[in-house]
Amino acid sequence: MAEEYIQVDVVTPEKAVLSRKAVEVVAPGSQGEFGVLIGHTPFLTTLKPGQIIVRTEDRDIYLACGGGFAEVISDRVIILAETAEMAEDLKADELKEEVEQAREKLRQLGKEDPDYEKWEKRLLRAEIKQRVLENWEKNR
Amino acid sequence: MPSLKDLRKRINSVKKTRQITSAMRMVAAAKLRRSQSDIIAARPYAIKTNEVLVSLVTRTNPDMHPLLRVREPKRGVVVVIASDRGLCGSFNQNLFRKAETFIKQNRDRYEDIQMVLIGKRAGDYFKRKNVAKRAVYTIGTPSYELASEICDDLIKGYVNAEYDELTIIFNEFRSALTQVMHVDRVLPVEPMEAEDDMMNVEYLYEPSEDILLEALLPLSLKVFMYRALLESAASEHGARMTAMESASKNAGEVIGKLEIKYNRARQSAITTELMEVVGGAEALKG
Repeated sequence: MAEEYIQVDVVTPEKAVLSRKAVEVVAPGSQGEFGVLIGHTPFLTTLKPGQIIVRTEDRDIYLACGGGFAEVISDRVIILAETAEMAEDLKADELKEEVEQAREKLRQLGKEDPDYEKWEKRLLRAEIKQRVLENWEKNR
Repeated sequence: MPSLKDLRKRINSVKKTRQITSAMRMVAAAKLRRSQSDIIAARPYAIKTNEVLVSLVTRTNPDMHPLLRVREPKRGVVVVIASDRGLCGSFNQNLFRKAETFIKQNRDRYEDIQMVLIGKRAGDYFKRKNVAKRAVYTIGTPSYELASEICDDLIKGYVNAEYDELTIIFNEFRSALTQVMHVDRVLPVEPMEAEDDMMNVEYLYEPSEDILLEALLPLSLKVFMYRALLESAASEHGARMTAMESASKNAGEVIGKLEIKYNRARQSAITTELMEVVGGAEALKG
């Protein structure tokens, strides 16, 4: 391989979150977590909500992702995430509040409520963000 | 003839109005710039999603997915994207007129038409009109989350065969002065042709092409809705900017005219006073 690094782009509908060269990318595929190194086969997969790790030469970047797609073509990884946040932008106390609010809401709403699913999704996302933040702090 | 005091009062009030309109113009200009950068920021995602979608559709059997299935159009849903706030010229009025013409034209084709109203203004306008409403949303700041919420309901409805065709009416941003109204039919999804010059990469699909397609089709609708929301927001700010600019200009003209009137009134008051003084002096002499 001529290139030493893979180019990683994480984009959400609202903005481009990350674009940089990396050594390895680990992402939560719907069929299980997968890692991409240089020279990976072209590959297209759905992502489930979870943690993305972008390993660069000097540090690991942690991102919380709310599901989406990943495309790998010739040393380029494009992650089309519905939501994505860098761990360093997350705030523990805000997340805690978010989780509590969602739990409270779920308790109030019945399973039949049309909004139930929406709040369930929110709770899941907030919990993932918490986990990502914890992992990031542990590995810093 | 209005008194001097009245004139001065009016001049002051029009001046204040001009202050407000010119402030609103500046706020709209700043918001417009932000909306434009939002549109640009949303582009890479939209382009990429579309690319992947086209390559998937050409590889799979298009009859598979419920969103691609064409039914006899009996019931239609019309989505109208307006704004939350007024004072933006004819931005909303033109849109509502277009929506009403669309409904009139399609009365024969559909047995039943439902509306989805986005933006407070749309809700207010159609409140007393005799149309069936499926849902009403307020925008706030346009977000992908909102687009997603709107689409989730629409997709569910389409899959459950509650309606057969979906049309979106919105303003597309061209420049601060011009908005182009779009009437786009988005469901069923038009069959797509792969472009010749498209990169033909042999992918490894995981889980499978069909499942990927099933996840991507709703996503592409959401992306379209999000884009429509952004375009509409940018158009709204553009329309408000021009509306406020002309309002400020008109206020300036009114002030000019009032000032001339005021000066004339002042002049004539002075003249009358002088005449009285002169008249009085003459009378004393006599």
